Amino acid sequence: MTSERTRGTTARTTTADRVVQSVCPYCAVGCGQRVYVKDEKVVQIEGDPDSPISRGRLCPKGSASEQLVNAPGRQTEVLYRAPRATEWQRLDLDTAVDMVTDRFLESRRNGWQDTDDQGRLLRRTMGIASLGGATLDNEENYLIKKLFTAAGAIQIENQARI
Amino acid sequence: MGQLAGPTDPAADAHWEHQHPRKGFFTDTSICIGCKACEVACKEWNQNPQDGDLQLLESSYDNTGALGASTWRHVAFVEQDGERIEEARESGRALVSLGMPRVGPPEARAAAEPGDSTPPDTPEFRWLMSSDVCKHCTHAGCLDVCPTGALFRTEHGTVVVQDDICNGCGTCVAGCPFGVIERRTDGTAAPRTEREGRPGSEPAVPNVGVAQKCTLCYDRMVDDQTPACAQTCPTTSIKYGDHDDMVDQARQRVAEMHAQGRTEARLYGANELDGVGGTGSVFLLLDEPEVYGLPPDPRVPTADLPRMYRRAGLAAAGMLAAAAVAFVGGRS
Amino acid sequence: MANADCIVIQGSNMAECHPVGYQWVTEAKARGAKVIHVDPRFTRTSAVADKHVPIRAGSDIVLLGALINHVLAHNLWFEEYVVAYTNAATLVNDDYRDAEDLDGLFSGFDPESGQYDMSTWAYAEGDGGRVSGPEGDPEHGAESVPEAAGQQLGSGGPPMEHARMQRDETLQDPRTVFQILKRHYARYTPEMVQEVCGIAPEDFAYLARSITENSGRERTTCFAYAVGWTQHSLGAQFIRTASILQLLLGNMGRPGGGIMALRGHASIQGSTDIPTLFNLLPGYLPMPVAGTHDTFEDYLDAIASKKQKGYWAEADAYTVSLLKAWWGDAATADNDWAYDYLPRLTGAHGTFQTLTSMLDDEVEGYFLLGQNPAVGSSNGRMQRMAMSHLKWLVVRDLNLIESATWWKDSPEIASGELRTEDIETEVFFLPAATHVEKAGTFTQTQRLLQWRHQAVAPPGECQSELQFFHELGKRIRQRLAGSTDERDRPLLDLTWDYPTDAHGEPDAEVVLAEINGRHLQGPDAGRPLSSFTEMRADGSTSGGCWIYTGVYADGVNRAAARKPGQEQGPAALEWGWAWPANRRILYNRASADPQGRPWSERKKHVWWDEEQRTWVGDDVPDFPLHLAPGTRPDPDAGGAAALAGDDPFIMQADGKGWLYAPKGMVDGPLPSHYEPQESPVANALYTQQRNPSRVLMARQDNLTAPSAGDPGAGVYPYVFTTYRLTEHHTAGGMSRWLPYLAELQPEMFCEVSPELAEECGLEPYGWATVVSPRAAIEVRVLVTDRMTPLVVRGRTVHQIGLPYHWGVGDDAVVSGDAANDLLGLTLEPNVQIQDSKVGSCHIRPGRRPRGPALLDLVAEYQARAGVTVETGNTRLDGPGGAPGPDPDTDPTTHPTREN
Repeated sequence: MTSERTRGTTARTTTADRVVQSVCPYCAVGCGQRVYVKDEKVVQIEGDPDSPISRGRLCPKGSASEQLVNAPGRQTEVLYRAPRATEWQRLDLDTAVDMVTDRFLESRRNGWQDTDDQGRLLRRTMGIASLGGATLDNEENYLIKKLFTAAGAIQIENQARI
Repeated sequence: MGQLAGPTDPAADAHWEHQHPRKGFFTDTSICIGCKACEVACKEWNQNPQDGDLQLLESSYDNTGALGASTWRHVAFVEQDGERIEEARESGRALVSLGMPRVGPPEARAAAEPGDSTPPDTPEFRWLMSSDVCKHCTHAGCLDVCPTGALFRTEHGTVVVQDDICNGCGTCVAGCPFGVIERRTDGTAAPRTEREGRPGSEPAVPNVGVAQKCTLCYDRMVDDQTPACAQTCPTTSIKYGDHDDMVDQARQRVAEMHAQGRTEARLYGANELDGVGGTGSVFLLLDEPEVYGLPPDPRVPTADLPRMYRRAGLAAAGMLAAAAVAFVGGRS
Repeated sequence: MANADCIVIQGSNMAECHPVGYQWVTEAKARGAKVIHVDPRFTRTSAVADKHVPIRAGSDIVLLGALINHVLAHNLWFEEYVVAYTNAATLVNDDYRDAEDLDGLFSGFDPESGQYDMSTWAYAEGDGGRVSGPEGDPEHGAESVPEAAGQQLGSGGPPMEHARMQRDETLQDPRTVFQILKRHYARYTPEMVQEVCGIAPEDFAYLARSITENSGRERTTCFAYAVGWTQHSLGAQFIRTASILQLLLGNMGRPGGGIMALRGHASIQGSTDIPTLFNLLPGYLPMPVAGTHDTFEDYLDAIASKKQKGYWAEADAYTVSLLKAWWGDAATADNDWAYDYLPRLTGAHGTFQTLTSMLDDEVEGYFLLGQNPAVGSSNGRMQRMAMSHLKWLVVRDLNLIESATWWKDSPEIASGELRTEDIETEVFFLPAATHVEKAGTFTQTQRLLQWRHQAVAPPGECQSELQFFHELGKRIRQRLAGSTDERDRPLLDLTWDYPTDAHGEPDAEVVLAEINGRHLQGPDAGRPLSSFTEMRADGSTSGGCWIYTGVYADGVNRAAARKPGQEQGPAALEWGWAWPANRRILYNRASADPQGRPWSERKKHVWWDEEQRTWVGDDVPDFPLHLAPGTRPDPDAGGAAALAGDDPFIMQADGKGWLYAPKGMVDGPLPSHYEPQESPVANALYTQQRNPSRVLMARQDNLTAPSAGDPGAGVYPYVFTTYRLTEHHTAGGMSRWLPYLAELQPEMFCEVSPELAEECGLEPYGWATVVSPRAAIEVRVLVTDRMTPLVVRGRTVHQIGLPYHWGVGDDAVVSGDAANDLLGLTLEPNVQIQDSKVGSCHIRPGRRPRGPALLDLVAEYQARAGVTVETGNTRLDGPGGAPGPDPDTDPTTHPTREN
């Protein structure tokens, strides 16, 4: 005998509102993922059988992608640590971006070099550096490189050299 | 009342009106890379909680330990030296020469060329990896002893717990010859730091106190989807399909490996004359089952019932009545 | 890889680190391919390989060099392929001196700078001279920018003045590359392999037989590597050695052949193509260098000569199109397309140089974008100390990683070196969006761009980098609006107008279209470019990354192409888009013979169709489509027009595969074996112990253990190597916060052999402390036969395995000591990567001390070993080559010889 609930069993992949094709964010194999969304929440991420690269398969990390998105420890609010402070404090996003903008411009100015000691053009700042991961999109890296270069910041690096 | 021992189609035996082919796994441990994707995909799909205690288990790369209420796939890691490999190769070869029914068709063996039987090239050491799972037995001890009807035989021949019916009595735990089914406790190790109030914090552990085990992703199966572990397995070490096909593939693979000189290969669970009538999940192992923590000769407790009836028919009546509940009714 | 007949995995633990990619190896093996794993450890890859060959970490060039020697000595090379497609027949000038002649140095070494003047490595000229670079090319190492020379070359390699090379196709002239190669590797023998790598002669013979039996017309062998090759002080040369071997065996550009670089991050390929790297602009164009690229003309001349062969000759069109994409109408012919808006380099400004600048208080602000250097970078203590010198730090991540919380829970707080109340650094933690909360492309390890659609909006205050940087740029520009300061012009003139959605997220597809490029003038104005060959140097086109041009051809996002794999052929050209031009195997012209016919039916890929007068096949031909096999153009024609019908390596200046690099590799035209920065043995090949060109970072906080027979070497007698596990991801930011992954590998451990456990009294699964000259960490001990002690140069070498995923902090589900704290920083000179795959250490039973006592322990070892800042940091060893800056003055720094 089966219960009513058992008789109504269905997969949450079936009842999802939509399925979105994506790519695993861990290693560089580039496995296809299907992201199932219900009520604007990710309810399942699994391998995309259509992908000629991965044929629907994922490793343990790829299989844990849903938990990466919905992780219990994920931080979704801005935090700020003031000089000498022993704890974080909350800050709203807009204020934080304004503060970062101010500091960016000030440090850019402080580290500015117009020319080298032989008078050759440098047009750069040594006051700002950046180190990026390699889970950033090409479009993101493009804007980062474009903005930093225009600002004269050259110490821009990423995981590829680590 | 269904058959209690020997070969049978379990779904038909459970009086399903509409026949579906029996479904099952074939886990080919010879191509397992021990990545544990099956463990994660299983937990993620079934929303089973973390249940490790976040310490090394002192068992090679295995920090899971065993199948349990919240772990429905478990990858074992076994490190072996050359001597043990030779023994395994010998015992596997003996299985063939005895003509055991669990090893592949004779024609496949005959087809192999004699010069072909070079053993693999690293004989001095090996690291076995094997993903274990509920066997979905032809004669399932857990199901046979379940007094509430929470455990039922699905139309696909698999064995599934109905969380909403199970009262947590635990009879099934003793009924499983493989030690697969367990009641879930809420004693899971919490993440190290306080996480209350954080967005997306994990829900309370579901189904506490209730018997839990692999459903062979019944919810996916009814919608014609592959179980999470088999779908994710990077090397197809875990295969899913019609049970008959799985057993055929398994036999062929064993024959192929024997032809290559890898006589350590043998099947587990494919013998329908064994103590559970064969299993829905069959395995290709590279050594004796005990090496992987599997019972060498599993017997369902109810397998002896027919004999017992003859001796004390009346005494069994109460148990029969309870067991029958599980088999009534069909699903279209 | 699924088409290979033999797969050698070396410098990679593929089954563990790329499990889903490994399905193709499993499949090849099921079809009968042989799989061999060469690795210091027996890993999950070894477990499913046909054979595991243990090797001493860092000795790979000896093994690969011996394979080259074996192939040459036994005439096992693919003659027709080698003569036609490689530079084997090209003559090298008379002034060249090999490392074999100079005991470990090539001609042109400058001991002061540690750099080579590469001019003596050049091909021979007809008049007895040398083929040099185009004017303005910074080929003279000693005079060029310190430590950045190798950084300036794009993917096309170094430029050449022209493409008229002298060749001897009989290969008999002693000046041919072929003969030089033979001489160079003559001493790389199976005996040497046993002596240096610890590999038995029968294992070497097995490997040699396997690869040679599986190469040629009918069969192909593939190599796969990962950071096990790159993260060494001669990492780039490891890969060069494999390339030489694969060229000799005829395995390049063919199905089932090649050298597979298994990259470790979703878009690490993309992040070098469109680089957030100091030395590159998009598409591997170099960043300009002061003194070398002062004018736009200097810059273009230094990239490529118009007279050299291949597509790099059009670098001016790519550069102008990039400048037009960034500065739009402000980039004009009159201002050299705003070339002077680009900041200039004056040397290496890599992450480790920046690290020392931070320690010197020269850097005020630091952005960490999904990166956790407190755990993931070498010499973790230096990393954390450097961050405490910053004025401000922005950490954008999913979780509160150790690089965001070091100011309160780092090992330096515990040891008392830092006090939270004294740290002035302001820290902003800005939560980031996950991969499903934003749209965009990743470029995976085979150069394939795949578009991800956005599934949901980011939660809370999480933002994509796209949105954050777009917003930051907008606010910067608002603040500077009206500025007349010349230095602000590049920001104010920047094209920065991207449409956004209701949440403020810029449309990533518009960015992709800008990267692709478009026509700016004429009837086609506004139309996306379909190929980089449409780019012009006259300002009539724009395009942010020339190698990606075509991804948005006809206004269609081809990275989003998703025709199911099962509905198309094996090349799957309608799934995503691969650069360049959606080509899946590079240099695939080499899959056909010089006449254009497939080498064999079995290995057919691309071939010449005489009737249609075009190249056809299963892939996009990597060759001018209508260039017939027998074509012999005027080599002075320059660019693609100069390519002959049998020049498959179309991005090289001479169209050939380079067995010998006449320039471009800053540490030698041919790979030679040097010992790692820290090594228990002396170099058996040369007096020169270490790579003489390696980049040194001699500092008190970055000490090196004594090597070989130096006094004090016995204090750190064991070799350690670091690596990943399947269950975790790099520094753990995307795995140690996930309960499902954390529980699978909960604790930091080491792997040691039973012999080493016995020698040191280590208990299985007990605690041990590993000590290097930089740090001491505690680990649980896995005693396993998977670790093999090797006999090297008559002594037993023990290797210790250390996964590097854990870090000290309070927020993750699991934490532990970080392996990277043990590592020192010595960099490979071509690409400035650290040598994190091998170091020296000691191991002892028990947990490490707490508090300041930990520092005392590290100091006690340093004192006992007598290490100083100079230890291991002299350039030259002994009398080889040019005299060094008197390395004999300090006996502790000079390895004694035992041969």
